[in-house]
Amino acid sequence: MDFDPVTLSRVQFALTVMFHYLFPPLSIGLGAIMVLLEGTYLKTGDRRYEAATRFFTKLFAVNFAVGVATGIVMEFQFGTNWSTYSRFVGDVFGSALAAEGIFAFFLESGFLAVLVFGWDRVGKKMHFFSTLMVFLGSTFSAVWIVIANSWQQTPAGFHLVGEGAAMRAEITDFWAMVFNPSAMHRLNHVLLGSLLQGAFFVMSLSAFYLLKKRHVGFAKRTFTVALVLGFVSSITILISGHAQANAVAENQPAKLAAFEGHFETGEGGADLYLFGWPDEEAREVKLGVALPGMLSFLIHGDTETPVKGLDRIPDDEEPPVAVPFVTYHLMVALGMFFIGVTSLALFLRWRGTLWDQRWLLKVFVVAVAGPYIANQTGWVAAEVGRQPWVVYGLLKTQDAASPSVPGEQIFASIVLFSLIYLALGALWVVVMNSKIQHGPEDPEGGDAEGHEGQIAVAADVLDPASPHHLTGRAAPEEA
Amino acid sequence: MDLQVFWFGLLGVLVAGYAILDGFDLGVGILHPLVKGDRERRIVINSIGPLWDGNEVWLVTFGGALFAAFPEAYATFLSAFYLPIMILLFALIGRAVSIEFRSKQKSRFWRRYWDWSFAFSSFMVVFLFGVAAGNAIEGIPIGADREFAGQLGDLVGWYPLAVGLFAAIAAAMHGALYLHLKTEGALQERIAAWRWPAFGLFLVAFMGVTIATLARHPHALRNFEQYPLAWVVVALTVLAIANIPRAIVKGQPGLAFLSSCGTIMGLVFDFGMALFPNLVVSSLDPSFSLTIRNASSSEATLALMRNIAFLGMPFVLTYTVIVYWVFRGKTKLDDFSY
Repeated sequence: MDFDPVTLSRVQFALTVMFHYLFPPLSIGLGAIMVLLEGTYLKTGDRRYEAATRFFTKLFAVNFAVGVATGIVMEFQFGTNWSTYSRFVGDVFGSALAAEGIFAFFLESGFLAVLVFGWDRVGKKMHFFSTLMVFLGSTFSAVWIVIANSWQQTPAGFHLVGEGAAMRAEITDFWAMVFNPSAMHRLNHVLLGSLLQGAFFVMSLSAFYLLKKRHVGFAKRTFTVALVLGFVSSITILISGHAQANAVAENQPAKLAAFEGHFETGEGGADLYLFGWPDEEAREVKLGVALPGMLSFLIHGDTETPVKGLDRIPDDEEPPVAVPFVTYHLMVALGMFFIGVTSLALFLRWRGTLWDQRWLLKVFVVAVAGPYIANQTGWVAAEVGRQPWVVYGLLKTQDAASPSVPGEQIFASIVLFSLIYLALGALWVVVMNSKIQHGPEDPEGGDAEGHEGQIAVAADVLDPASPHHLTGRAAPEEA
Repeated sequence: MDLQVFWFGLLGVLVAGYAILDGFDLGVGILHPLVKGDRERRIVINSIGPLWDGNEVWLVTFGGALFAAFPEAYATFLSAFYLPIMILLFALIGRAVSIEFRSKQKSRFWRRYWDWSFAFSSFMVVFLFGVAAGNAIEGIPIGADREFAGQLGDLVGWYPLAVGLFAAIAAAMHGALYLHLKTEGALQERIAAWRWPAFGLFLVAFMGVTIATLARHPHALRNFEQYPLAWVVVALTVLAIANIPRAIVKGQPGLAFLSSCGTIMGLVFDFGMALFPNLVVSSLDPSFSLTIRNASSSEATLALMRNIAFLGMPFVLTYTVIVYWVFRGKTKLDDFSY
């Protein structure tokens, strides 16, 4: 067996970063919802919102712990597997990473302790402040890591020193590095993707409770809060995605061409594929359906201006097409689905019939997979679309790995990571599931609405005269 | 200001902060199986429950700061220690997961498994850091291209392994002194009895490692010849060590723990003095060594990062004080405990 260290390091990086990225978006999104819920409690004094926040805190803590455990790998993996890359970017990338540690991680971890363990040790204002700080901290950590990654996509504010293997990038203008051309677009997109993750997670478990007729009052409240957040995020992420695609067209035309399967520049306007399969050998999209001229329209504002295709990219700088095309289209399709399903639910909620739509609630139970897939595929498209570069236009992935690490050792670590992450993923599911099955505690003095709701449901289901007798098809009107 | 020296010092501060803070919670982990019974084991875990995660951030920040200030050393060191670092990462993951998941299920088997996983991973983390420190003093085969030119076997000489063991013993003693502060009643009495053997082991290991270092690496003293004032710190370290049994006898457990913190601070300082100005010593040719001069980022970046550090450090200290203040006193189990 041939152990190519670069390929193996790429596999390992993909494995560890993708697994890690299952957790932080939920931490950010769920954090936002906890801030909303606890803020409502603080403002209204309604203890049901406190109970809801306490419940989500437990889920948040489990998710956060796995995020931290898998995140620490990322911090050191640049040095272990990508030493040439680390030498090249250390001056720039290391700075962003160190800023993340100082500004984000300390904030996050310090106040996390108060958030999770401090309910009975600090006043409620201090506790709310802690929740807010944890949310801010997790947001800051996204800020710095996205800035660092965006610098790899669109390097700015630096100059190169040294020759050949000793060449490296040094910061010349810190703010130009921070506000590199893609940083803010991508940051918006990542944060909105995280809010969607949190919203769909909360809607999923709330819909589950509604279908099972458990914690009904709780579920209706949290579903509504999450629905509003999910709707707003799904609309704004479309706008953010459009702005970002335009920036990609300008800064990384090869990547955009790969996203869109745009092989030939041609004379007139470029078509926009809704779906299809890009055949890299034949250099065309097979089985595709395309809107004529729409790609030109989205980018240039008219349907006639040509868009730079892969034929204008030097052969040795051409990214793979199939993976970016498929992942990008999947992400966009999911984005449309989020808009559709949240708009519909919001409309029904306004009409007051949402809770009766059991099919829609069932859709929401499984729809939590949507943002997971969209967040993952979006990153795959962004990272694979940047290839063959690790730092766009400056350093190729092929030249970035650690020369001294033998392939066998990387292979061994991949095997171990796979086993550990498999176990970790299973544990996460088991523990989250048992917490969700257990559900929120009723607050002191009773969750009046919830109790009535549950009792009413029970009575209704048990009443032979009721149309809902034992079938449980429809939930009763909200009390 | 000499920025490269400043950053060497700041990295030292981060290492000391990490060793003192994560040191006690790793030590608690090593001692964990000595405690019997589920309730007492939960108290032990919860004594570090709200704190261990924040303590680990010192390590994460150290990693980021090393990457930013001395990227060449970061790249060389981590790729040279590929497998040990991977084992370290697995241990750190295993530890976080053990703490988080142990008490989430009632099954005896489940809890016993995570108890041992917690203890073993805690031991491995400290041990591997000790081995790394030993290798830093000893030197590893680094070629002219700044890449590791040796085999895995070059990293596991008896001296680094001995330093690893010493680190684990020191953490265990530090953890015992901490646990004594956080527990009460019968559990506290038993922990009180552990402190003596822990200190005895520490003293033996400390003297052994000191003698081995001086015999094997006399050049570790070269900076002391140049800066004789540094001997004051060595003297203070010895006084701090001597103060641990004194404070225990006088019934001042808080002072004993603080003395242990001072001991660790002093040991990190001595380590830094032995290393300076090197970051990674080449055993092939001293001119291949990575130093704070030839491995650093640009002056401008070092200056910028210094400002970021000055901006951030007051916040970091504030959070640390808040958290340790909120969770002061004896550990009690409640709804939110692990």
